[in-house]
Amino acid sequence: MRYLLVEDNLELAEAIASRLAMDGHAVDHAASLAEAEDCLATADYDLILLDVMLPDGDGRAFLKRSRDRLEVPVIVLTARSRVSDRVDALDEGADDYLTKPFDFSELEARCRAVLRRRGGSARNEIALGAAVFDPMAGTLCCGSSTVELRNREIRLLEVFARHPGQILSKGQLMDRLFSHDAEVTENAIEVYVGRLRRRIEGKGVRIETVRGLGYRMDTTAP
Amino acid sequence: MTGTGSIGRRLTFLLAGVAALLSVLSWGMVTGLALEAAERTQDNVLAASATTIAETLRSEQGQVQLELPYSAFAMLGAISEDRVFYLVTAGEEMLTGYPDLPVPQLGPPSPGRVVFDTGNYRGAEIRMAMLTRLVLAGAQPVPVTVTVAQTRNGVDAITGELSQLAATLAVAFFLVAVALSFFAARTSLRPLNEIARAVSRRGPSDLRPLRRDAPAELAPLLAALNRLMARLGQSIQRSEDFIAEAAHRVRTPLATVRVQAEIALRSIEDEAQRRRLRQMIRAVDESSRSAEQILDHATVAYRTDDLARDRIDLAELARQTAKALEPTAAMKDIELRLETEPAEVAGDAVLLDSALRNVLDNAIKYSPEDTTVRLTVSTDGGEARMAVSDQGPGLGEGPAEALTERFRRGSNTEGIVGSGLGLTIVDDVLRAHGGRLELGRVKKGEGACVTLVLPLA
Ligand SMILES: Nc1ncnc2c1ncn2[C@@H]1O[C@H](COP(=O)(O)OP(=O)(O)OP(=O)(O)O)[C@@H](O)[C@H]1O
Ligand SMILES: [Mg+2]
Repeated sequence: MRYLLVEDNLELAEAIASRLAMDGHAVDHAASLAEAEDCLATADYDLILLDVMLPDGDGRAFLKRSRDRLEVPVIVLTARSRVSDRVDALDEGADDYLTKPFDFSELEARCRAVLRRRGGSARNEIALGAAVFDPMAGTLCCGSSTVELRNREIRLLEVFARHPGQILSKGQLMDRLFSHDAEVTENAIEVYVGRLRRRIEGKGVRIETVRGLGYRMDTTAP
Repeated sequence: MTGTGSIGRRLTFLLAGVAALLSVLSWGMVTGLALEAAERTQDNVLAASATTIAETLRSEQGQVQLELPYSAFAMLGAISEDRVFYLVTAGEEMLTGYPDLPVPQLGPPSPGRVVFDTGNYRGAEIRMAMLTRLVLAGAQPVPVTVTVAQTRNGVDAITGELSQLAATLAVAFFLVAVALSFFAARTSLRPLNEIARAVSRRGPSDLRPLRRDAPAELAPLLAALNRLMARLGQSIQRSEDFIAEAAHRVRTPLATVRVQAEIALRSIEDEAQRRRLRQMIRAVDESSRSAEQILDHATVAYRTDDLARDRIDLAELARQTAKALEPTAAMKDIELRLETEPAEVAGDAVLLDSALRNVLDNAIKYSPEDTTVRLTVSTDGGEARMAVSDQGPGLGEGPAEALTERFRRGSNTEGIVGSGLGLTIVDDVLRAHGGRLELGRVKKGEGACVTLVLPLA
């Protein structure tokens, strides 16, 4: 995915960009509305993350101005909730909003919901051997058969898909799957891996257990 | 005059008071004029009568003679039924009449002029006219005095009648004047009432200046009102801006901390350090949640002070709020199941959304993964019921109502971020809308069932 991040706080922007890059996303950063306009004129994005308070104006005013010509979904980053904010970002044309500070798994979940609503684009598809995985739509297609995966299964499969052939430890999988306030045991990972295995059986994708180390995806199976 | 009371009533009383004064005055004047007119008429007739009698005076063989003409008394009888007395004296000697009639003592009478006086005779008030004439009796001119008197009952009767008539008219005038002044007060105060209505009809946050035609006297009031609203708007705007700026300044660095901690969590293998990082993230979430809920709680209090009363379909509201929380539920693979029927209520959509959001947030937060949260909207006997039930641990043993207290958290919150203000906000919103919060458990299950009850519009 390619994100446009419009945020004037450089430290936060840098942090968000590296965090998204860890998941294999590309991020362009704009520190002001003017820069954002330039970026939008030169590149295509899958999603815009828009801060509401920017040095050259209100992010919502920008949304209002450019909503008609903007094809890209927008998630607004705000410091206030819907109740305490007199102007509702959703009324101004945002697809969703997140209050700072936010959980990346929540950002992910909201992006997914927005993109699914808007209809994902082909560039999000990942080839896994003979199968095609669309993490946004949450589908895995192999030939004529398609399985629809549930949220956690999608996320689990996506982690494997982003690290083809790599061994992933249970700890690594846990960080990517659960928000950090939930006390989860490594048992839960076993449960989810087991469930995912059953769901994608016969689609040419297998998750194998690497004893003592974790799991690895194998896409070469017939 | 004091500053309290009604201007309308004061104006009415003032105008009515003036009308009363004018009524009494006019009554007095009419009565006075009537009395004067009646007296003058009586005087004229008395004078004419005396003159007629005096006309018949003549001297015969040195003696003054007279004839009492019938007409002299007839004309007196014509004006009323009053008793008539007379006395004619020539010098010191009485010629005819009532000798004890108290003739006016007005110095030496001047011949040919009629003198009037009032006195008492036989127990009644009388009016007298006296005329002196010189009659030649022999060689000597003798002054002959003719006095004609009449009681005053007729005059009194006429003035009484007229005065009564005048009084009736005055009372009628007074009543009409009171009605008119009431009407006048109402009409002249109408623009004031219209301004008041226009102001009170407005929504809680509508501070636009009033644009309406007002009488010249009210223009300063209107201008002052508009200036006040502008100032109020400005100061609200300023504090809004301040809160927005403060929230932004505090939360942006917090967001940086949280993201950096997440990144570090990815790259660090050591379990002890990872636990520290998780604690750090928790602390960030804890402080940000508290700040958010405290600000929301304050905003709710402010908004319920002057509650908006828009028509809201709870089914639609439930759909939208559920949609907004769908991704949060999906993170835990929780299914949000919605069953709605239309239910219209009057209220503030932002507040009701916030209430439902807090309840749904709890259901998702306290439920285990892979469960179902059910949201139903139904109507029941004039009430709309929005029920959220989950398959979580339930509300615990203690009295559930205590959970609506400020900063009160249950015993099942181990490891779950929260401020304890969620249900307080819900309760406040529902109370402001004339509704109530029902906390219970799901039938045949462990989970919590939280119901928002609101009166139907
Ligand atoms: N659906 C639920 N299942 C179990 N317990 C619940 C549920 N809803 C509320 N509670 C209990 O009620 C307490 C008060 O809830 P409340 O929403 O007021 O506070 P909170 O969720 O702890 O904090 P926050 O202000 O962040 O919402 C919670 O701490 C929890 O113990
Ligand atoms: Mg809560």
